[in-house]
Amino acid sequence: MVENVKDLLKAHEGVKHEVYLDNENSTMVPKEVIDAILPYYNQRAYGNPTLTHKPGWEGFETIMRASQKISKLIGAKILEEVTFTPGATEANNLALMGAALANKHKGKKIVISAIEPINVLHVTGLLQKFGFITTKVPVDPEGFIQLEKIKEAVDKETVLASIATVNNEIGTVQPIKEALDIVKDKNPEALFHTDASDAYGRIPFNVQNLNVDLATVSSYKILGPRGVGALYVKEGVNVDKILEGQIGTQKLWPGVENTPLIVGFTKASELAFNGFEANTNRMRLLRDKLVDGVFAKLSDVKLNGPKGDKRAPDNANISFLRCEGEALTIELSLTGVYVSSGSACSRRLLQPSHVLVAIGRKFSEAHGSILMKTTRCHTEEDITHVLEVLPNAVNRIRGIVGSTGVD
Amino acid sequence: MSRIPLPYTQKVLDLFRNPKNLGKLEDANVTAVAGNPACGDMITFYMKINDQAVIEKISFESYGCAANIATASIVTEMIKGLSVENAWKDVTWKKVTEEVGGLPSVKFHCGILAVGAVKRAIRKYYEQKGSAPSWLPKELTFEEKQALEEEELAKRLSKKLKAADEK
Repeated sequence: MVENVKDLLKAHEGVKHEVYLDNENSTMVPKEVIDAILPYYNQRAYGNPTLTHKPGWEGFETIMRASQKISKLIGAKILEEVTFTPGATEANNLALMGAALANKHKGKKIVISAIEPINVLHVTGLLQKFGFITTKVPVDPEGFIQLEKIKEAVDKETVLASIATVNNEIGTVQPIKEALDIVKDKNPEALFHTDASDAYGRIPFNVQNLNVDLATVSSYKILGPRGVGALYVKEGVNVDKILEGQIGTQKLWPGVENTPLIVGFTKASELAFNGFEANTNRMRLLRDKLVDGVFAKLSDVKLNGPKGDKRAPDNANISFLRCEGEALTIELSLTGVYVSSGSACSRRLLQPSHVLVAIGRKFSEAHGSILMKTTRCHTEEDITHVLEVLPNAVNRIRGIVGSTGVD
Repeated sequence: MSRIPLPYTQKVLDLFRNPKNLGKLEDANVTAVAGNPACGDMITFYMKINDQAVIEKISFESYGCAANIATASIVTEMIKGLSVENAWKDVTWKKVTEEVGGLPSVKFHCGILAVGAVKRAIRKYYEQKGSAPSWLPKELTFEEKQALEEEELAKRLSKKLKAADEK
């Protein structure tokens, strides 16, 4: 099947303007970040940071400086509170598995929201095998967690609650402080984890102000390289390792440290936070232009998630009714616009996004959903181009559907 | 949710970009639908079958992915001009898959649904006439059963989610 790809790529010849908006699923890495990474493969600090030679000590220094920077940006008290992992998936797995297993003597109940990312959702499935029971707290039609339901869900047996600060699909900015206070009020012993991957670099986020126990951040979500992320673990909070191997500078994650990617993550963080206001204003401006343009040019469209300042500045998630998402992503790709759909093909059925189902969208609405995220690197021309090609793409797919997709 | 790579063939892409026999057929005497918008996979076939039991005209509409559109379109090409009996006997989901140059296995169900819809249309044609020929099996074929199963699955899933929602 891999031979087919050649033809698929050839079909894109002649595309003049490319706009990558699938920043939820992977991102393009800016040149400054790549330039920062490359010397660490063959010029300096390529040694194992735990070993007693020059490249090793350089590696140690590099990783410690990176820990200092990331801890400062998230508001950690000391750099030992930050553990680098190979990504947000691993950080979330470590947070949930590690915290649950280390504290299982305190209880076996876990509380999450119904719209947690799948790397939290599926870990609770895994934890079921160890006797943990998970309650999923529902959200309202805009994706806001129902605080009174958290109060009902948490009790003395609750060992851990995990609620993302910003939802990765629909951009809902949760009342995370209120949620945390409710959990701690009901059970001061319960730990609170938040996946802050979609908050980091987008909204103000500070682990000390929040007084959270565990928090996940991700490199590629802020235009850093894939393959690196970090878990914040508050000093004194017990978390078990979930993988075994040689432990070096990262006490909770074994294996040789990936110094170049950690450097890239740090550089990307600096770029995101230098001029944080300007960067996020730019995302918001472009996102608003995109969403407003879509609504002006097309009928039968629905915004998924809230409007205004309770939505992450980069997130646009729109359902195009009578339009199947995968078909639309291909049609748009052929015009140089790269986006993803909220539904994914399983063996027999198209599986709608659990987030869209949780906010009450019908299957057919979920199947026609497209997720787009703007970055500080996009230009106004990029969005203008998207708004030029998107209506034609939607209308062509709707033309194939005719009266067939109406339920 | 998991995602699966979908390296479609040139033929699938061509049929997706320029589908043959697309749209409603005004003078159709049989219309059949298979699938459900909840599955993200739904096809309507419109056929004009003449007095000699030949499929004179056929067209389709499709709510689905590129594989769904391509298989529906290729089916119309494969059976246009055939007698109803030959269309029934010759067109299988495996042949449809071959005709589009192969499909990722996760998309086999698209070809199955397309053939299931055609078989449904042919049965409907004879139901409308009030008599069935001896070659038409009483028992549902593999493709028809699969189409039914897919529709049932979608219904069950919708119900399950609705129930979970109300809880």
